[in-house]
Amino acid sequence: MISADISAILPELLLALYAMAALIGVVYNGKDAWTGTLTWATVTVLVGVAAWIGLSGSGAQMAFGESFNDDAFSRLAKVTVLLAAASVLAMSEDYMARSGLGRFEFPLLITFATVGMMVMVSAGDLMVLYMGLELSSLSLYVVAALRRDSLRSTEAGLKYFVLGALASGLLLYGASLTYGFTGTTLFSGILATIQGGHVSVGLLFGLVFLITGLAFKVSAVPFHMWTPDVYEGSPTPVTAFFATAPKVAAMTLIARLMFDAFGGAVSDWSQVLALLAVLSMFLGAIGGIGQRNFKRLMAYSSIAHMGFALMGLAAGTLDGVESMLIYMVIYVVMNVGTFAFILSMERDGAPVTDINALNLYAKKEPLKALALMVLLFSLAGVPPMLGFFAKYTVLLAAVDAGLVWLAVAGVIASVISAFYYLRIVYYMYFGAEGEALDGRMVPAQWLLLMGSALVMVLGVVNLFGVEGAATAAAQILVR
Amino acid sequence: MANLLSIITFIPLVAAAILALLLRGDDEAASRNAKWVALTATTATFLVSIFLLTGFNPADTGFQFVEERDWILGLKYKVGVDGISILFVLLTTFLMPITILSCWEVKVRVKEYMIAFLVLEGLMLGVFVALDMVLFYLFFEGQLIPMFLIIGIWGGKDRIYAAFKFFLYTFLGSVLMLVALIAMYVDAQTTDIPTLLNHVFASETMNVFGFHIVGGLQTLLWVAFFASFAVKLPMWPLHTWLPDAHVQAPTGGSVVLAAILLKMGGYGFLRFSLPMFPVASYQLSGFVFWLSAIAIVYTSLVALAQTDMKKLIAYSSVAHMGYVTIGTFAANQQGVDGAIFQMLSHGFVSGALFLCVGVIYDRMHTRDIDAYGGLVNRMPAYALVFMFFTMANVGLPGTSGFVGEFMTLMGAFQVNTWATFFATTGVILSAAYALWLYRRVVMGDLIKESLRMITDMGRREKLVFAPLVAMTLLLGLYPSLVTDVTGPSVSALVTEYHAAIPASGTVQVAGH
Repeated sequence: MISADISAILPELLLALYAMAALIGVVYNGKDAWTGTLTWATVTVLVGVAAWIGLSGSGAQMAFGESFNDDAFSRLAKVTVLLAAASVLAMSEDYMARSGLGRFEFPLLITFATVGMMVMVSAGDLMVLYMGLELSSLSLYVVAALRRDSLRSTEAGLKYFVLGALASGLLLYGASLTYGFTGTTLFSGILATIQGGHVSVGLLFGLVFLITGLAFKVSAVPFHMWTPDVYEGSPTPVTAFFATAPKVAAMTLIARLMFDAFGGAVSDWSQVLALLAVLSMFLGAIGGIGQRNFKRLMAYSSIAHMGFALMGLAAGTLDGVESMLIYMVIYVVMNVGTFAFILSMERDGAPVTDINALNLYAKKEPLKALALMVLLFSLAGVPPMLGFFAKYTVLLAAVDAGLVWLAVAGVIASVISAFYYLRIVYYMYFGAEGEALDGRMVPAQWLLLMGSALVMVLGVVNLFGVEGAATAAAQILVR
Repeated sequence: MANLLSIITFIPLVAAAILALLLRGDDEAASRNAKWVALTATTATFLVSIFLLTGFNPADTGFQFVEERDWILGLKYKVGVDGISILFVLLTTFLMPITILSCWEVKVRVKEYMIAFLVLEGLMLGVFVALDMVLFYLFFEGQLIPMFLIIGIWGGKDRIYAAFKFFLYTFLGSVLMLVALIAMYVDAQTTDIPTLLNHVFASETMNVFGFHIVGGLQTLLWVAFFASFAVKLPMWPLHTWLPDAHVQAPTGGSVVLAAILLKMGGYGFLRFSLPMFPVASYQLSGFVFWLSAIAIVYTSLVALAQTDMKKLIAYSSVAHMGYVTIGTFAANQQGVDGAIFQMLSHGFVSGALFLCVGVIYDRMHTRDIDAYGGLVNRMPAYALVFMFFTMANVGLPGTSGFVGEFMTLMGAFQVNTWATFFATTGVILSAAYALWLYRRVVMGDLIKESLRMITDMGRREKLVFAPLVAMTLLLGLYPSLVTDVTGPSVSALVTEYHAAIPASGTVQVAGH
């Protein structure tokens, strides 16, 4: 029995052991001198674990008395999270070293956060959920404030910490209400309690508080306040990480919680999620219009994208979950590419994030500009890029579930948000003469930028098999 | 040649990829190579597309050259042509080499310019051959990207405003269509166009937020499609992006925009609105008639007041597209045949007119009508060509312009006499603005000092116009070349349309 439990959490266990061993090893031997090696070692380990999870068999099993799931759904989410973390580490190694942030803690904190997220997506119990969430959150609070001597960065860290703590509190309150009204913290137990379809008022409150706590993590409106400031203030690699892995983990966690624990009350939570979705899409679209800072703009962009992903979940159907998963995977790839580019933006050795700096960039660097243009059009959801198919699947799920108004709102928001993506293309291709960027691109950034742009174009052929994985994963949740 | 259509669609895209990835440098030689690659690719596409015509059987009203493959997300990669779409494919492949040739003197970022046009051609062909709704949408919407760049990079002074307006305006129209496409998929459980053509969408009156929607689902879907196609075509009052885009776009961009891109709206009406939502089309045809009549009269009057040549021709395009919609929604053999004919004819004539403007713009760098006058003294060949296309635009018998206008008006007259009456006055107005433009630019004495040294058209420019003159005359004198191909498919469309109408009569009664 114990051995079966251990084997289910073996990847998490080994990753955590690796991080702790590395931490101790480096602390006693040279500290920051090892940062470079440590970063690449961590990248290798993360990719290795992702490959292991991705290739290790099929089937679903539960461990520790149904409180931990190892199934197709969690595997897809874990692989995405691990690869996103590895990509972010790979593209930021050079940036961190040159901007004096080459601390050995960074790759390790990212690893701990990743372990937390892996636990989150596997959770089958409110306590496990909370443990995973806190492990990842605590690591993230620290990395947000990694640039200790910068007012902006510390402000970002503090803001994220205070608001994050509040969200955790709400989540805990929701969890305790749920426990009070169902007598169990196990998802399967909660599901059994509301099987009849009747949800008591207390449980409803618990549900809403749980959603609130998690909505904070995916920065869904109205719990998005921290996002622009934290995105702008944190060091760019940290922003890149915020934009990718935690979003996937929290979004899949919402899906897991909603279906595994509250699957009997779809109509109750679907309207809450629909409201979050429509608010996020519009705030993300409208808020981004005035932004001149690329990182801040990406914050609003990710708020809008989370709105779209929530639209898929709000459908409350098998197609809905599948579309959300496809959306998140495509979203992560787009963001990895875009942030690989943002990391390379610099002038006279100092990072630049003003989009004005991209004036006529296409003249100097046609290939990179082309790749970024592909990514931006994909973010805007213009066909034939893959970003369009991401939007198409969630719209399909929403209309299929009868949420036509949500779909119409979504496409209108996507037209508004197209404006700010287009503006970057405009600066790059037909802006005015201005001070040019002179940064170089390290191979890892170049590869990630070109790779994700290529995926956006070539993925149209067969989606690289993500569709099949997403279908299998969705079938786990929606029975 | 089982995958002829895919070959035609992807030759330009492959050529674009080759240019983008393999051609290095930005010097003279690279530019020349880029132009030759583009010209070769577009010419090859045209030559291959001729096989389409020879292998096409007009008597068969179904889709031909069909290819079908499984694709992602339950969609299908399915292409094919019928009598309605095949001529648009040929129009596109025919006009693209001419467009490329007309851009020979472009000096700035030639390689990117050629890539943009090649990508655009591939996507335009895709629109006309796609037999899967989402595939259609993909191509339909994808064109915004190259066209945005063409206007933005190589355009005139206010190009940024025009490029953004073009993109966002058409994007907003199209996304509503996307929701409608998805709703259709949910209703019919397929995105396959041939299947959808036989699917009957509900037309029972329904209540939406307390509003009584006569025609039900069909009306809602029709309106969503209308939002997209009416912007694209464009129809008054959704046409305001077009003059801006035309004026700011470079010559080649204007030619493609007027000659091919606008036709997608008309093609969309014929492919989706009319056959898939017959009841809604029937109920709303009066609305379309009056919009078209207003468009024809109003935009013709606006054209009279223009001082910019391109803007004048742009407004004339909107007026001419009015005949297309009026013919389409007349939904009889003459009307629909005429609408297709009018679109093809307008493709040649308006393309040529924009090229005419391009010829003198290249020399004088102004499109202001007042800057010209008396060109006939220095440019006899140009005066002749311009005269010819002006007459074709006016609809002189013997040119293709006449046939299209006559057929659409004849078709519409049987359905709505009064709207047709007003639309017909547009023929007179178009003569007024077109001939007046011609008089001010070409006739009179050459008194402008700046024009003393202007040169007549060179050999390349004559070569560009020759095929357009030939086609305009050929279709004008022998219109059954077109109607023989379109006829059977159109007649099938019209028959099915009318078969669906009797049902609507009872629905309407029930609705009231």
